[in-house]
Amino acid sequence: MRKIVERSLRQAGLDLSKVSEAGNGAEALSVLADHQVDLILCDINMPVMDGLEFIKQLPGVANAKGVPVVMITTEGSESHVVQALSLGARGYIRKPFTPDQVKEHVIPVLGGKS
Amino acid sequence: MKSAHGAHAATADHAVWIPLLEVSTREVFELMLSSELTSSQNVAPATLDVTAMVGLAGQLCGVLSVRCGSRAAALMTSKMLGVDVDQVGPEMSDALGEVCNMVAGNFKNKISGLAEGCMLSPPTVITGNDYSLHSQAEEPGLEVHMLFENMPMTISLQIQA
Repeated sequence: MRKIVERSLRQAGLDLSKVSEAGNGAEALSVLADHQVDLILCDINMPVMDGLEFIKQLPGVANAKGVPVVMITTEGSESHVVQALSLGARGYIRKPFTPDQVKEHVIPVLGGKS
Repeated sequence: MKSAHGAHAATADHAVWIPLLEVSTREVFELMLSSELTSSQNVAPATLDVTAMVGLAGQLCGVLSVRCGSRAAALMTSKMLGVDVDQVGPEMSDALGEVCNMVAGNFKNKISGLAEGCMLSPPTVITGNDYSLHSQAEEPGLEVHMLFENMPMTISLQIQA
């Protein structure tokens, strides 16, 4: 899925100079400890640490300050959407998705960094 | 991709879910692979040597699986990742697992009560067809047979509770 999302972002015209990947929330926190990023795209259903727990942890991560988070997930219930947004997610994309949907949700939160 | 009226997790006759399983699959292939599936008759299981499975737990317990041949799985991967079909490698398992995950998620989101009350496991992918599956399911599974680019594919939902 990470490669599919990356492809969708490139199709949307984003200049992705570097993409860091992680297989779950705990890995993503490790990546953020060493890397500054402009955008975080995150699933909810992941092993070890799910996406909601991951975004709960983000306020304590220096490199994540002010970085927009967009969820991309099969979880389609309103409660998941509300929970993710209340924890700080700036966008919520339900799978399956089109490249246009990725563009619509991602470009606005980048604030001109695309 | 809205919830279907009248489709509820507590429905006694799960056969009414077959059209939802089919449309959930069609939507995933149209949106993610730009591919229109066609309906098919039963296919010989021996030709389907790649199986992706996602477990469901909560208000609905069971396993949703997508089975196809390795050539079909490679073509799905090629379409999802934009790479040449002959260059598809180990990422094939990830791609088919993600297809299965999206079909399962799309399906449960169409049934009242399941979007919130049913969780999905990360996908598991088996290659080869020399295996036996033993299930504690209390009823026969639901099956949908379709053609992806003229290659057979079976989507199954084995319901345990």
